[in-house]
Amino acid sequence: MIIKVEGLTHIYNPNSPFETKALDNVNLEIAKGEFVGLIGHTGSGKSTLIQHLNGLIKPTSGKVIIDGVDISAEGANLKDIRQKVGLVFQYPEHQLFEETIYKDVAFGPINLGLSEEEVDKRVKEAIELVGLNYDKIKNRSPFELSGGQKRRVAIAGVLAMEPEVLILDEPTAGLDPKGRDEILKQIKKLHQDFNMTIILVSHSMEDIARLVDKIIVMHKGRVSIVGKPKDVFKKADELEELGLGVPQVTYFMRELKKRGKKVRDDIITVEDAKEEILRLLRGNGNA
Amino acid sequence: MLKNITIGQYFPGNTVIHKLDPRIKIIITLLFIISLFIIDNFLPYLFVSIFIFTSIFISKVPFKFILKGLKPLFFIILITFIINVFMTKGEILFEIGPLDVTKEGLKLATFMALRLIFLIIGTSLLTLTTSPISLTDGIERLLNPFKRIGVPAHELAMMMTIALRFIPTLLEETDKIMKAQMARGADFESGNVLKRAKSLVPLLVPLFISAFRRADELALAMEARCYRGGENRTRMKQLILSRRDYIALGISILLLGLIIVDRLL
Ligand SMILES: Nc1ncnc2c1ncn2[C@@H]1O[C@H](COP(=O)(O)OP(=O)(O)OP(=O)(O)O)[C@@H](O)[C@H]1O
Ligand SMILES: [Mg+2]
Repeated sequence: MIIKVEGLTHIYNPNSPFETKALDNVNLEIAKGEFVGLIGHTGSGKSTLIQHLNGLIKPTSGKVIIDGVDISAEGANLKDIRQKVGLVFQYPEHQLFEETIYKDVAFGPINLGLSEEEVDKRVKEAIELVGLNYDKIKNRSPFELSGGQKRRVAIAGVLAMEPEVLILDEPTAGLDPKGRDEILKQIKKLHQDFNMTIILVSHSMEDIARLVDKIIVMHKGRVSIVGKPKDVFKKADELEELGLGVPQVTYFMRELKKRGKKVRDDIITVEDAKEEILRLLRGNGNA
Repeated sequence: MLKNITIGQYFPGNTVIHKLDPRIKIIITLLFIISLFIIDNFLPYLFVSIFIFTSIFISKVPFKFILKGLKPLFFIILITFIINVFMTKGEILFEIGPLDVTKEGLKLATFMALRLIFLIIGTSLLTLTTSPISLTDGIERLLNPFKRIGVPAHELAMMMTIALRFIPTLLEETDKIMKAQMARGADFESGNVLKRAKSLVPLLVPLFISAFRRADELALAMEARCYRGGENRTRMKQLILSRRDYIALGISILLLGLIIVDRLL
């Protein structure tokens, strides 16, 4: 297990009128190389949870163990942890600050105290990993890029630290469909090519269905469902009660089934649905 | 780190103090401050303490909360105290090295420290029990008579409302950006002064950009809803003085009166 969370509770502003229990006895395990989708209604504690995973906030009680190290303990080496667990915040482009894209992406590696050649190499790799042209872009200001490009530069800034775990908080929020697809494609590639452990927070059930191996559903600070996408999305009614839903195509297949067509009820992507409907049509044609 | 800032924070409640007209509360706070600065004896401090602690009690704001507001200013109070102790000439009580501690110095220092503490407690109580909106409303109305001599009362109040409105937003934003840069290995806490100042660049640049963006968006949103300040602007909540406002004002004037009388006698 690369990530293990035990009895994690977090209370914001304890002992004040603004006290909020954002996490309530959360337990979970994430294996190396897993692609995990984290979903939940707004305010369910997703962002709070992921900020615990690299020690940005401390648990009120409970433990966070990364690669066997209890990072919530006193004196844990946080720099090490933050290198190992890369966290891309929501709207990461809002944190760009350097004059050039090169310098901005180099910020993380320099903080890690790497040599100049190593920084150089990592910046180049990271910028290319997010699908941008290093030579064309390295000396430009990050502020003259488009929204989608800015976001990719920001993600490169985290990738340049070469994390083993990459956590992304709604990386596609506010992008157009093309920008969204491109970012998701890069994330998928990171998982496939480098066996990176990925945790993706998203409100899009379609994206989650298409990408992840495992879904964790949060509700009011607790983990309420954990499972494979096919199994989780079978529980449409339960998910709806939590203010969530299932992919559109799953609703569609459910409706077909309700109307007496013999289709499988664990279809969660458009491709699978296509196959299934073709199978159904062929079956009907033959009968 | 940023959690100790209570200035400008509102502590919601439903007590008499919360419900007082903001104009009256501002006037009472001003009277209170004036009395603090004319006091030169211990007896009136007793009045003032009774007055302020009773008000806090009635307002149901936890005392801890008010003390939190004092924390960031602790050093200023301490330094004021020390300077006053050593810099006042008079009857020498004892000496610490080359410095003399005088009776007058000790008395003045205690008064200065008490003044500052009461000043902070008093103004904290005002902001804690008055929502920013009604506070600026009150200020605007109090400044209205000065419009004739060219004081832009409405504009000033508007600016204050916006500033107060954005304090929590900016604090939140600061927290977010700090965390994001810390996730990239930034370190805001260690190193010497120069290094620390430099480490603020990754925080301040995004913060300014976001503040300007917000200002831009807000201006646009106000423009889009045809905002025009000043003349003929009506308001949703009219400020109307009620009996309890007159009573509160009466009590406060009585207090200030007693203090002035004490001072004159
Ligand atoms: N810095 C903070 N201070 C106080 N309360 C907070 C803070 N951050 C979050 N909260 C509260 O904690 C709870 C969980 O918030 P969190 O941001 O973790 O939810 P989320 O699942 O990420 O929501 P969203 O989908 O809207 O991003 C909410 O009730 C929120 O108001
Ligand atoms: Mg969130």
